[in-house]
Amino acid sequence: MTDTAQSGPVLAADGRPLKASLNRALRRQKMRAMLLIAPLLFFILITFVVPIGQMLFRSVENQIVSDTLPRTTQMLGDWDASTGAAPDTPVFAALTKDLMVAVEKKQHTRLGSRLNYETTGVSSLFRKTGRKVDDMGEGYTDQFVDLDPKWEDPVFWADLMADPAASALPMTQDAYAAFADTIISEDGDDPREEQPWHTVYLSLYQDLSAGADVGSLPAEVATAQTAAVTFQTEDLIAAFADIDEDWLSVDTWQTIQTYSPAFTNGYFLNAVDRQKTPDGSEWRPEDQQIYLTLFVRTMIMSLTITFSCILLGYPVAWLLANLPMRQANLLMILVLLPFWTSLLVRTSAWKVLLQQQGVINEIVVWLGLVADDNRLALINNATGTVIAMTHILLPFMILPLYSVMKTIPPSYLRAAKSLGATNWTAFWRVYFPQSVPGIGAGSILVFILSIGYYITPEIVGGTKGVFISNRIAYHISSSLNWGLAAALGAILLVVVLLLYWAYDRIVGIDNVKLGG
Amino acid sequence: MTATDLKGAVPTPNLTGFTMPITAALGAFFGLLAGQATGAGAFFGLLSGAVVGAVLAYILVTLVPYKTGRWAAIAVMAIVGFAFGGKIGIVVGLLAGAVMGWCAYWLHTGRYRASVPPYATAGQVLWHNTFKLICGLILFFLIAPIVIIIPLSFNAQDFFTFTPEMLALDPAGFSLKHYQDFFTNDDWLRPLKNSVIIAPFATIISVSLGTLAAIGLSQSHVPFRRAIMAILISPMIVPLIISATGMFFFYSQMGLFLENTFGMSKSLSGYIKVILAHAALGIPFVIITVTATLVGFDNSLTRAAANMGATPATTFFRVQMPLILPGVISGALFAFITSFDEVVVVLFVGAAAQKTLPWQMFTGLREQISPTILAVATILVVLSILLLTTVELLRRRSERLRGMSPG
Amino acid sequence: MKLTTTLMASSALVMASTSAFADGHMASEMTIVSWGGAYSASQQAAYHDPYSEMAGVTIINDESSAEAVAKLRAMNEAGNVTWDVVDVVASDAIRLCDEGLALEIDADTQLADGDDGSKASDDFGDLLVSDCFIPQIVYSTTAGYRTDLVGDTPPTSICALFDTDTYPGMRSLEKRPINNMEWALLCDGVAKEDVYDVLETKEGQAQAFAKLDTIKDSVVWWSAGADTPQLLADGEVVMGTTYNGRLFALIEEQKQPVGMLWDAQVFDLDGWIIPTGLSPEREARALDYVKFATDTQRLADQAKYISYGPARASSAPLVGKHATLGIDMAQHMPTDPENAKNTFLYNYEWWADYRDDLDAKFQAWLSQ
Repeated sequence: MTDTAQSGPVLAADGRPLKASLNRALRRQKMRAMLLIAPLLFFILITFVVPIGQMLFRSVENQIVSDTLPRTTQMLGDWDASTGAAPDTPVFAALTKDLMVAVEKKQHTRLGSRLNYETTGVSSLFRKTGRKVDDMGEGYTDQFVDLDPKWEDPVFWADLMADPAASALPMTQDAYAAFADTIISEDGDDPREEQPWHTVYLSLYQDLSAGADVGSLPAEVATAQTAAVTFQTEDLIAAFADIDEDWLSVDTWQTIQTYSPAFTNGYFLNAVDRQKTPDGSEWRPEDQQIYLTLFVRTMIMSLTITFSCILLGYPVAWLLANLPMRQANLLMILVLLPFWTSLLVRTSAWKVLLQQQGVINEIVVWLGLVADDNRLALINNATGTVIAMTHILLPFMILPLYSVMKTIPPSYLRAAKSLGATNWTAFWRVYFPQSVPGIGAGSILVFILSIGYYITPEIVGGTKGVFISNRIAYHISSSLNWGLAAALGAILLVVVLLLYWAYDRIVGIDNVKLGG
Repeated sequence: MTATDLKGAVPTPNLTGFTMPITAALGAFFGLLAGQATGAGAFFGLLSGAVVGAVLAYILVTLVPYKTGRWAAIAVMAIVGFAFGGKIGIVVGLLAGAVMGWCAYWLHTGRYRASVPPYATAGQVLWHNTFKLICGLILFFLIAPIVIIIPLSFNAQDFFTFTPEMLALDPAGFSLKHYQDFFTNDDWLRPLKNSVIIAPFATIISVSLGTLAAIGLSQSHVPFRRAIMAILISPMIVPLIISATGMFFFYSQMGLFLENTFGMSKSLSGYIKVILAHAALGIPFVIITVTATLVGFDNSLTRAAANMGATPATTFFRVQMPLILPGVISGALFAFITSFDEVVVVLFVGAAAQKTLPWQMFTGLREQISPTILAVATILVVLSILLLTTVELLRRRSERLRGMSPG
Repeated sequence: MKLTTTLMASSALVMASTSAFADGHMASEMTIVSWGGAYSASQQAAYHDPYSEMAGVTIINDESSAEAVAKLRAMNEAGNVTWDVVDVVASDAIRLCDEGLALEIDADTQLADGDDGSKASDDFGDLLVSDCFIPQIVYSTTAGYRTDLVGDTPPTSICALFDTDTYPGMRSLEKRPINNMEWALLCDGVAKEDVYDVLETKEGQAQAFAKLDTIKDSVVWWSAGADTPQLLADGEVVMGTTYNGRLFALIEEQKQPVGMLWDAQVFDLDGWIIPTGLSPEREARALDYVKFATDTQRLADQAKYISYGPARASSAPLVGKHATLGIDMAQHMPTDPENAKNTFLYNYEWWADYRDDLDAKFQAWLSQ
């Protein structure tokens, strides 16, 4: 700053260099603008952007599997599905322990419904197994207790596990900790008063047979270790298979393994009709492919709706822009009136108008234009959706078009004609290009609004006129598959954002005008 | 205006070569429809319609003055209609009489050329009038559903059906019971009250924050303008069902926070949640309309005000605000209607105590179809006509204030 | 500017609305969620009103049952459960129970014994389809037909739905696989007891879809319970499926020319669940309400207002006349022996497994 001062700069009134002064004014102006914007920006971020982000994050979230079955998913890491055989006993032992905790916390059925989205039947598999899992490992408990009744004593267990040397029995410690935590958090009981679950004995047996060094632990443990060699082993695999054959199926285990990681692209794959496999992904069976069709249909129908809005909106906007103000405003009320009538009511009204015994069909049949047994199918199909949505979105096309056309001087058209242009040339070469921003504004508005609609298509769309949003709504409120809904929503949002970006590039978002 | 007033403007068209054939064609069209509908035969209808049209046109324009003629045509055609088609025939006859009578005078007096330059060719005049007809049809398409719901709301039955009694214009087919239901049923009045509480508050929030931000955005040097604009517009571009579910979570947590931290009642925090959600949805409309008005705003006015010693607040309220008011009002109306007609988000974010009118309509359509919904809609249509008329009057006033020529 | 006026106006608004907020804020109130319409009205009269009077509790009706599973899950995740008792269909109750969102109930200790002295678990019997579910009514999904549009031979079998030769015209079916797949198989010659075994196989599913294909072009798919009655009243469809209570209202209250086809009606259950995560006193009150509302007399009372069968065996003899029409309600119950000559039992467990899979296939089939 001193440099510029020395070279004799222009000074502002307060004696500071003009450049610095201007910079400061600019900074101030920016600050003021930001201060004005900040409250709203903050408001929108909090009330809208964060919630939407939170929602969309569900499309990759998948902690439920590893949270509910921590031991199993870890053990499954080494399992190779391509062998075609179900995992070994240790995996089933881990599953028993995980399920025991999950059942007590009532989380196993929730996991079952989650995995049922991927493999049919897992839901009841977990529900059925959950009812019987607390008997698993009972054989070991009995054998330990037969050996020494002390093993039945909760206090003995609590003390044993509190012993620093108990780290020699890692699985037992882990199983006991899970038992103690669950007892306290779920039932509010004291682990010193409750006999441990069978899974704890199962773990103890596993630790002891693995040759744990129990030298520094109470003598009962060493005795048990010697005796354990002769213990009758319990066939866990058979026990699970007894509950349901599906536990022997590679598919079941493959699903658990594939969905073990905390984050998954599985929902996104599902959203484009593919499914996750251990080595990548593949197309879903053809009779389950629906989402790509729906995305394409949503796009095509939205384009059709946008196009028919242009077709119907352009003449009306032209008329409004070229009539004297008072008349134009009266007609404007006609345009705005439906805009202010409840969407639900308008959609129901279309139903009354369009159905087979509806007003339009009755009139054309009465007039003898179509035969009574050959009534027009105007509703419960794509036609119905297009008609009703065009009607609902037409004002969004007319208003921006009108505000752009309002700014085109009528003299241009007259000048073109006086220079010898035909009516058509004058319109097409002179007027139309100037109205393109209006078409752009209206189109983007109509298109964006239409791909997000779901109530109107649900009511008048039948089977061929429903959009992807209808499936999103279904997964949100009926199937509870929120991950999939979020993935579908995220894809839809990306499409809309791309369009928005393109629109902002081509027309500029400031140029959208809604009447006013 | 009378027929003679207009005669001087353009030469009177040829009666037998122009007015009569066209009216006859129109009559033929009506005749065709009537012939089909009554079973008298298409050809017979066509022919007799054409004859009636031609005769009507001749008698009207040569013998009868405008006003009398219009009414006479309507009356004559209604009688003809009744003779052929009974009660329904009257309605059709009234319609045909009105259209044909109007058409005959419209053609004969040359008013059909009134809005095109005198040098326009016949083709241009034809196109101009066809264009107007097309626009009329599109406008009819726009209001057709509204026209439908009004008679249905007086249905004596509990369905959205035009019953035979209604079609026969039998008074027994109509009743006011759905209106009575609306005004006496708490299931409708409570939602109405909720909508009337929620929408204005949501509008106040979106308008106040939105206007400030729009003014900020319209300044010349705003960093990250595009990005900010995109964020502010986002509630409009995110598909509604995604917004609804996303908000649903976050707002549950927020409700808990409000209740625990500020000790609010569940009901109060419920209202706040819905109001905030609706305010967020309405903001893009305010931003868009106000920014658009500000594009034409002359900034030298604020500088002039500041120069004369006005504080920024005074400048805002006394100079800027009155000028951008139309934009603000139209934004406010959009925001209001967004909240007033919103069903998806409130269904998720709201609780029973905050049930709004669209929510009640939605439940009604799902659980028990009743024309009470249509009665409500009719009442709202009447209200919106009043509202729109008020806005139009306000707009005219503001243009007068700004010194623009009143249109 | 008229700033002061604006300020005064808005503070008046605030005051007006605070008084509006205040009336919903009372110490002893509970929110009961149900379906709305005539069904909620019947619950109001049979359960809510007497309970409010007896226990001095204000009951707020929330008509969100259609969104109940989704909303309960979100409330639970947010740790802010605002509902006390929720009316859901049995399959939703199973789902909620699976998700840990509904409280497990021990029928014998937490519900009232039957008037005839039977234990609650015996009185409800097989209807206790989930540990969390307290059955309230038995309803059925069945078909109704326009008596004036079916000619001289009114349909007597559910297979009339698939017989477009004898009964030409549109029919309305629910837009979901449940019930439709079963009926399709039944009418394609599969024995009643084999339906779910067949439907479990790929070939069986293909068979059901093939049967549905034969009428696909003549079907209007409905998703809201009010759709079929409206379509029948309009004459838009010749026959259609819906809940038996809706048909009762259409025939007996609205006097429409519609007949009821009880054949192969699919029984389903509707009842209460109590959300998990309530505070102990709210939970106790919810349990108290449920115990009251599902006792023998109360369940029988509801049948005075709507034609759904009480879920307790002991309530059946107490069912009387309709409250306003004065007609005998027993013969309009889906459980009435005359109506229940041929019924189909809906397999909840099976659908809990196959719902996701078959729904995907059904939707894909619909959009073909």
